[in-house]
Amino acid sequence: MMTMESKCACGGVNKEKTKIDEILAKYQGQKGALIPILQEVQNLHNYLPEEALEYVAQETKTPISTIYGVVTFYSQFHLNPRGRNIIRVCQGTACHVRGGKLILEAVEKELGIKAGHTTDDSRFTLETIACIGACGLAPVMQVNGDTHGRLTPNVIPAILAKYK
Amino acid sequence: MIPEKHIRTDVLVCGGTGCKSAGSAEVIEAFKREVAKKGLEDEVAVVQTGCHGFCEHGPLVIVYPEGTFYCQVTAADVPEIVETHLYKGRIVERLLYREPITHESVPKYSEIGFYKKQERRVLANCGAINPEDINEYIAVGGYEGLMKALTTMTREEVVEEVKKSGLRGRGGAGFPTGLKWGFCKASLGKKKYIICNADEGDPGAFMDRSVLEGDPHKILEGMAIGAYAIGADEGYIYVRAEYPLAIKRLKIAIAQAEKTGFLGENIFGTGFSFTLHIKEGAGAFVCGEETALMASIEGRRGMPRPRPPFPAVAGLWGKPTNINNVETWANVPLIIAKGSEWYTACGTPTSRGTKIFALTGKINNTGLAEVPMGITMREIIYDIGGGIVGGKKFKAVQIGGPSGGCLPESMLDLPVDYDSLIAAGAMMGSGGLVVMDEDTCMVDVAKFFLNFTQSESCGKCTPCREGTKRMLEILTRITEGQGREGDIELLEELAGNIKASALCGLGQTAPNPVLSTLKYFRNEYEAHIKEKRCPAGACAKLANYVITDACKGCGLCARNCPVGAISGKIKEKHVIDQEICIKCGACMTNCPFKAITKG
Repeated sequence: MMTMESKCACGGVNKEKTKIDEILAKYQGQKGALIPILQEVQNLHNYLPEEALEYVAQETKTPISTIYGVVTFYSQFHLNPRGRNIIRVCQGTACHVRGGKLILEAVEKELGIKAGHTTDDSRFTLETIACIGACGLAPVMQVNGDTHGRLTPNVIPAILAKYK
Repeated sequence: MIPEKHIRTDVLVCGGTGCKSAGSAEVIEAFKREVAKKGLEDEVAVVQTGCHGFCEHGPLVIVYPEGTFYCQVTAADVPEIVETHLYKGRIVERLLYREPITHESVPKYSEIGFYKKQERRVLANCGAINPEDINEYIAVGGYEGLMKALTTMTREEVVEEVKKSGLRGRGGAGFPTGLKWGFCKASLGKKKYIICNADEGDPGAFMDRSVLEGDPHKILEGMAIGAYAIGADEGYIYVRAEYPLAIKRLKIAIAQAEKTGFLGENIFGTGFSFTLHIKEGAGAFVCGEETALMASIEGRRGMPRPRPPFPAVAGLWGKPTNINNVETWANVPLIIAKGSEWYTACGTPTSRGTKIFALTGKINNTGLAEVPMGITMREIIYDIGGGIVGGKKFKAVQIGGPSGGCLPESMLDLPVDYDSLIAAGAMMGSGGLVVMDEDTCMVDVAKFFLNFTQSESCGKCTPCREGTKRMLEILTRITEGQGREGDIELLEELAGNIKASALCGLGQTAPNPVLSTLKYFRNEYEAHIKEKRCPAGACAKLANYVITDACKGCGLCARNCPVGAISGKIKEKHVIDQEICIKCGACMTNCPFKAITKG
């Protein structure tokens, strides 16, 4: 993960700021644009580095406390680096009734981490989600954008093996 | 569906989220490839549609004009369908749907039990048209309602027509839509907003997602009619970020509608202008509450505020605002195009029209069912839902998500409408129906929902923030065998206080799952507390694992036991020491002979 501070020969800092400037320019003058701005900035790194937030605060003349308040309110925003692949195991009602908990346990066992954590090699971040609306396929989990349904604990290793 | 060439057959492949994750994209590719191989491109059209609602059996393929319904189709099945059905005209028997009870195969879409008792009005186009093509929506009568409203009706007449239809909010509370519009219309001020609440956060509900994905123009049309009626020129659709396909299809739909002139400046040359924006949520259940949703659109923490003032007076950026949910908006074009008289012919006197339910849990036919209001729960679960998986015994149905309640078997003949459900201690909510069988523990279910509302509580008001936490603690200790005498009464007292004093709907309804399970399944709570026993065998800490005579003495369980609670000689029956056992279930999972039971 490159952060704003990492000054490499190619001029990492400026490149970063240019990307954020592009995002800010897109929302220039739009009311209530803070959340979409943060969503796009997060897309650059999969998380929100502190320096990026400070830069957004400075450029949009928004107090950093306000930004921090918004970031910590919504579950989609992350302040720490995340893995290359994001696993979201559904713990919604339909999945709960059909054994979603066993799926979560199987993934936790396979990766050796608990929900909310990232593997040491940054390959996976494991999260739970309240419902992805694919209840017909319960229990389900999403890896990046792919939805895997009708799961049983024994198919988990094979699914995870597909993501490097 | 597609006007050019001389198409004799349409192959409709479902492209909803359920079927997509089951592999429908590969099925579409395979159809296109095989059809081309046979040189049938000029006769056969392969169309990707929205959700048919029968997600359990996806990917779904329907061949018209015959209406042949194939289910669980994989790309490998496609050459056979093309060869046998499209080329030789014979049905591929093995891919037909079979009724769960009779095991008879049903060739026609319209004759399947799941669809027979449904009244698909809002969902009529879902699965029948290509949601990414505005012309298909127009071809089935789309935007006629908007045209009628703008060119032949006054704003007052539109509001009046919606009032007469008796439409009530489909998002949960069931407030009369026409009345809501009337308030907003009467509010002073030039600038007004319209919002579509597509933050479908209730776990177990996915009807809004299906409508957005399968028939997005219906929402745009409904909102444009509403905007005209109340005098708004700008609107927002607030969609949860977990629905990427819905967001994509809405964006396409808005662009097409703007190009065609159904959105934007001077629509139909009437001088009425309406622009529509999409706002993606960022993951907060409470944003389904209207004042929290507006705070989120404004770019702030999505916390509710006290009402009044109601949004109709001071909403988004302090301007009069009208918010309705997706399914409510989807009803509007039908009411205007076909008239309130047509609309009121369906349903009960206090709950008009249809309601879409998401059937999930231990039921044979999971999926979406649109039924006339007033149908009984029994008809939904047994006739449409096909009964309980594995012929097990029905125990309860949870309706209305985290705000709703659990109804027992004795309530199955209850007519499903807003008022009967409230009287029974549940609520319509967004329409999630989670069916539970004898293996489901009702205390655990109550704990599940409270855990959800607790973690989604925004923390602004004390009753919700602290009260739900205390309730969850009590429920947790009950399910772990630490329940105390007086816990039930304490839960009831806390529930009453939270209901009466929480700031918004999330807190006010959070105790409902506990109260309704206490009302109908009190004995299960008592068994947990007094006998330290879970009658359903679902609470891990209360379950005793026992090795039966099926044990071959392989020793695998003893090796997998993390606390060394299992002993026995090789080739002889092993025993579990209940004092040491931590009820983790590792032995049961690892036993190759299914010789370990839980009870």
